[in-house]
Amino acid sequence: MTVSDTHLLTVENLSVTIPSSAGAVRAVDRVSLALERGRTLALVGESGSGKSMFCRAVMGLLPRSAVVPGAARVTFDGRDLGGLPRRELAAIRGREIGVVLQDPLSSLNPVIPVGRQIAEPMRYHLGLSSARARERAVELLAAVGIPQPEERLGAYPHQLSGGMRQRVAIAMALACEPKLLIADEPTTALDVTVQAEILNLLGRLQRERNMAMVLVTHDLGVVAGRAHETAVMYAGRIVEKAPTVELFTRMRMHYTRALFDAIPRIDDPPHRELGAIGGQPPGPAAQRVGCPFAPRCWRAEERCRTEEPPLARDAGENHSYACWFPLSQEERP
Amino acid sequence: MVKKRGITFWLSVAWIALVMTCAVGAGFLPLPAPDQIDWACLATSPDGVHLLGTDNVGRDIAARLFFGARVSLTVGVIAPCIGLVFGSLLGVAAGFYRGWPERVIVGAIDVFLAVPRLVFLLVAMFVFGSGLPAITLALGLLCVPSFARMARANTIRFAGREFVLAARATGADDVAIVLREILPNALMPMVAYALLVMGYVIVAEGGLGFLGLSVPAPAPSWGGMIAEGREVLERAPHVSMIPAAAMFLTVLSVNLIGDGLRGWMDDRESQL
Repeated sequence: MTVSDTHLLTVENLSVTIPSSAGAVRAVDRVSLALERGRTLALVGESGSGKSMFCRAVMGLLPRSAVVPGAARVTFDGRDLGGLPRRELAAIRGREIGVVLQDPLSSLNPVIPVGRQIAEPMRYHLGLSSARARERAVELLAAVGIPQPEERLGAYPHQLSGGMRQRVAIAMALACEPKLLIADEPTTALDVTVQAEILNLLGRLQRERNMAMVLVTHDLGVVAGRAHETAVMYAGRIVEKAPTVELFTRMRMHYTRALFDAIPRIDDPPHRELGAIGGQPPGPAAQRVGCPFAPRCWRAEERCRTEEPPLARDAGENHSYACWFPLSQEERP
Repeated sequence: MVKKRGITFWLSVAWIALVMTCAVGAGFLPLPAPDQIDWACLATSPDGVHLLGTDNVGRDIAARLFFGARVSLTVGVIAPCIGLVFGSLLGVAAGFYRGWPERVIVGAIDVFLAVPRLVFLLVAMFVFGSGLPAITLALGLLCVPSFARMARANTIRFAGREFVLAARATGADDVAIVLREILPNALMPMVAYALLVMGYVIVAEGGLGFLGLSVPAPAPSWGGMIAEGREVLERAPHVSMIPAAAMFLTVLSVNLIGDGLRGWMDDRESQL
């Protein structure tokens, strides 16, 4: 794969294994992807598919026990993150890569007023004076749609609503104008009505600031219309990756189809059973043979259980998938 | 949002304030010197001349009580602070870095806790001498392990929280994370605990005084006064009882204030 200058983030062959009492857990498995400036990549998958671990690996914030095999290469803005000393990596985090975590209540420090939490990164990354950082914090709170931002500076996280807290967390992530924003399930802990507001806010800020964004979610419905490209993860692997429109119209993976069916629809009759996927994702510690989805796949055949399908794309198309028996035209939604 | 804290809390605060005023103002009040002997009044009951009576060698109990309060308060305030500062340092280091620093610190704490406290105090008095600074230091050291354990537990509890990860994601280094993310959260319960320890230390100093190991005579300390009153306990019980009551009320007040603050913090915590 050639890396062009337009790519802000390229990840090649990234694996993360975490030793545990039940054997080594392979949380992320040979993931490669690239993201251009100003564009959005969605990572979709169910719980435990390795999405969050992937994000933490990109930021260099893995748990201490995690092991990243040597073949991995993460390049951000022309720099190899794996080869950077800790200090330089810390200077990139928060300055050039911003992060919004899932639960805004636990991702804000409960005993520090939000204004100080937003101002802090600007003070040590940008060297702003406390007065200037305060001004900027007010601007940021206004930019993320918090009314009366000046009065909110002194508020503690528990005095704000969930949506407000996530707006504060976004303001914190944006404080130093990062080139890349990693949003790790930013709306999972929020009300449905607030979800849309937060996602629209993220999209607007992204366009205004020409940021690239990695949007992690377990909800395929969130992705539509918001991400340029979508990668579906399963058991630590990327199993399908395509431009979002292409993915929705011409999905090839049975797993993607199952995720698609799990989205509730407004025109469904009331009390219709949701299209849940039977079974469990494989325990990440299991010694895997064959396609990891095979035990839950309704189309699985002998070959799926013995031989792992590679992530490959059809000639002339920008659509990769890892399946021996991809969905045919008629099987697509 | 401010919860009513009840009359006992405010009575406790008032008592501590009174004791502090007396301790600070002991030199300015119209009292005889604490070691001035009035041969005419030996172990007399409270009267117009000696407000709280005299002890068995004719010294004014009020004066000795007020000057003795200085000892109790100095020890009661400074020793827990020594424990808080050094215990926090050790505990946070152990809980934050884990690995071998934790093993060394926890091991040292366990060894220290296995030494009988009175034996430690006796040895410390022998080594440091028996002035007020020595007693304060010895009792302070005695408090370090429990503070260290508490700091370690709280650090571990908060180091795994998401806001610490979020802070790392904004590029904060270890020092910034300890100072800004962990300490503000871990310190609150420890300060409430320090008040509890304050009561314990005041009693411990009293015990040392009773054994004659606190500030050397004739300087007054509450424990020493209680001990001196033993000889006349049947004839003049007030000689022992007045300092004993003062110590009892002080320790009770400190504990009640600690409880009040803890309740207030639990309220705050439950809002999070």
